[in-house]
Amino acid sequence: MISSATHGQNRTWVRYTLGQKLLRFTIYLAIVIAVVQSIRHINIIPEFMYDAPAQMADLLNRMWPIDWAHYPQSVHAALMETIHIATLGTILSVILAFPVGLMAANNFTPNAFLNFIGRLILVSTRSVNSLVWALLFIAIFGPGALAGTLAIAFRSIGFVGKLVGEAIEQTHPGSIEALIAAGATKGSQLNYGYWPQIKPAFWSIVLLRWDINVRESAVLGLVGAGGIGMTLDTAMNLFEWQRVSVILVSIFVIVILAEILITQVRKRIL
Amino acid sequence: MGAELRIEKLFKSYKAGVPVLKGVDLTVSGDGVTAIIGPSGTGKSTLLRCINRLVEPTSGKVILRTANKDIDLASVRGSALRQARRMVGMVFQEYNLVERLTVMENLLTGRLGYMPAWKAWMRKFEQEDINRAFELLDAVGLSEHANQRADALSGGQRQRVGIARALMQQPELLLADEPTSSLDPKTSVEIMELMTELAHARGIPVIINMHDVELAKRFAKRIIGMSGGNIVFDGDGQSLSTSHLKQIYGGESWLQ
Amino acid sequence: MTNTLPQRMDVRPFSYSTGTKVGIVLVLLYVVYAAAQLDFTYSRFITGLDNASTFLSRMVPPNFTRSNILIKGMVESLEIAVLASVAGIALSLPIGLLGARNLMPGWASWPSRALVAVCRSLHPVIVAILFVKAVGFGALAGIMALVVASIGFIGKLFTEAVEEISIKQVEAVRATGASFANVILFAVLPQVFSRFVGFATYQFDSNLRNSTMVGIVGAGGIGGTLFSAFQRFDYDFVCAILITIIAVIMLGEILANFVRAVFVDNISPGEILRHKRISRISQGHEGADT
Repeated sequence: MISSATHGQNRTWVRYTLGQKLLRFTIYLAIVIAVVQSIRHINIIPEFMYDAPAQMADLLNRMWPIDWAHYPQSVHAALMETIHIATLGTILSVILAFPVGLMAANNFTPNAFLNFIGRLILVSTRSVNSLVWALLFIAIFGPGALAGTLAIAFRSIGFVGKLVGEAIEQTHPGSIEALIAAGATKGSQLNYGYWPQIKPAFWSIVLLRWDINVRESAVLGLVGAGGIGMTLDTAMNLFEWQRVSVILVSIFVIVILAEILITQVRKRIL
Repeated sequence: MGAELRIEKLFKSYKAGVPVLKGVDLTVSGDGVTAIIGPSGTGKSTLLRCINRLVEPTSGKVILRTANKDIDLASVRGSALRQARRMVGMVFQEYNLVERLTVMENLLTGRLGYMPAWKAWMRKFEQEDINRAFELLDAVGLSEHANQRADALSGGQRQRVGIARALMQQPELLLADEPTSSLDPKTSVEIMELMTELAHARGIPVIINMHDVELAKRFAKRIIGMSGGNIVFDGDGQSLSTSHLKQIYGGESWLQ
Repeated sequence: MTNTLPQRMDVRPFSYSTGTKVGIVLVLLYVVYAAAQLDFTYSRFITGLDNASTFLSRMVPPNFTRSNILIKGMVESLEIAVLASVAGIALSLPIGLLGARNLMPGWASWPSRALVAVCRSLHPVIVAILFVKAVGFGALAGIMALVVASIGFIGKLFTEAVEEISIKQVEAVRATGASFANVILFAVLPQVFSRFVGFATYQFDSNLRNSTMVGIVGAGGIGGTLFSAFQRFDYDFVCAILITIIAVIMLGEILANFVRAVFVDNISPGEILRHKRISRISQGHEGADT
């Protein structure tokens, strides 16, 4: 097995071919150009940047000590409202997203045009930020929790729909084939073929989105869509920084509690 | 050309008061294969890993005597440890290749002990190293696979890469921890042949852990039997009798 | 032995278990309760729908006449996204690596994980507001807010990825006498690099989305333009802005796919010309804003 040596012959080894190197270089170059151009063009006053640490320290100073007394009167009710917005919004979004997700899945819906429409809807709802959805719904329904819930719901359609669509595309074709061969309708295929397979992924997606929605709902109030965001906005406008800190802490706690809840539920159900 | 290894009173306890290695003394020198056999859990793997300090010995010395100096592997630290490790090549049971890298890159990792990090990052390997890598690839019969990802290879092929990588270090001692346990019988023999031939050509001693006694008898010049953390047999394949095997492994029915 | 055949099925096949039935009832009860808490009445909804039709009619056709403000705002958002992503990605690599408990000692991993947890916990908008209050209105606050968001996202996922690597590969490279840096370069990074690129490109898209929105609270970018348009009831301009935002984000996703294809799949120009299908790494990122 010991071969004859190739004496004095220098064989070369390259990690990437020339073409690959060119592509990588192009991307690096593009990034550098983008960064340099951005730095030159962007409107940042250097004094503000150097002043930043001192300003941050000053802000943090004003936010201490935390005004716990403020909590029961306004914060708690707003916090509960936030959770309701998040939960109702998630439930609504699941109802709306499911059919769209089915439409986007290329194994459930073989029609390419419908696929495209489904994907388009999903991408658009994702691209519009929940705050922007909130502004839209406030313009329609007026400020308050209704706008907030609808904003959460519509924003989540893209997320839930996309992941459900992907879950459906990744199901085992075998069991579906068997159902089709037995003459099952589309609805039955869904009920007995797809649903059992995607169930764990589905719950995981819903739980995950609820978690994210709790975070999102907390800020919607900043534009007037209900929940603790409104309390936060008021406190900030009145420069009551110590109340701001108690609100921030409560948001933080709620988010942590939501994550703990989700981890527990996942352990049991999934 | 190869080094001499002298292990003196090596103790290792993973848990206080429960020693796995109970004062092992062993000297290996000259080229040729030394096989260590023994039941699972008796400390074979620990012994090997104490040699290149992948496992910290609790006490004792591991002296590697090379042409210019003696190094106590058990007590060196920092860059001295790394320099010492360069001289000891290791082949693993589960190949332990970096799966996402290509075969060539895996071979070149054998030179990492000799290169500063910035050069390694830029993949600026010496031409000498690249030549050597290609030679080794030819020697283990994997020239066409040079740019394939390691996880695209079969078990036997991966182990060949593992052997080539160890030899890239130009070691003075080669260790192998159950190199054939994950391979089928035919491939196992091929791998053993490859390792022993290549080591013999370079004049370096090989220490192999194995649990296949027949393979050990076939390829090893010297067989060490371990049981309960001590060496209980030290001789050649001829003198390894069934009573010795009973002492090492216990039980009788497997000896039929 | 008598052969006892069941005379009839005691359980209807395919019926829902009691647990599921109870669950469905609970959910419905909750919906009713919560809706009441939030003061959702049918009449409000109907009035709203009326407004909706007026609203939609005012949005269409979209008004692109004020394109210079639109472009200025969009460019600023892009700049915020680029700078925040580059800085955030560059910082997350070492921070994430430091947080890996299988490689790093406790005094390195705990502070790193704590930092990442804090960065994740607050919504980017809230962080943006705080930065606005601290460093003033404008893009700086936006960039800082998104850097924090990037560290929180990439840092956590990257640490998890490093903790999942096969330690055997690391052991083997260590055995060759490689230095710590070399071990990281050759045994750790190759195992997690493709996932890192996935996270980084994903975060760029996320920053692009968020950069269009931090302006609403004064942190620069097109969000400010959007907000004022809403307040002035210029709904047709709003529509134009939204269309532009969606278009830019879609473009960003295509770009991100391309970068993934080059760095992870190691695509070559020939393959691109032959329209080789650009693979998409699964984007099921935990805790993310897809």
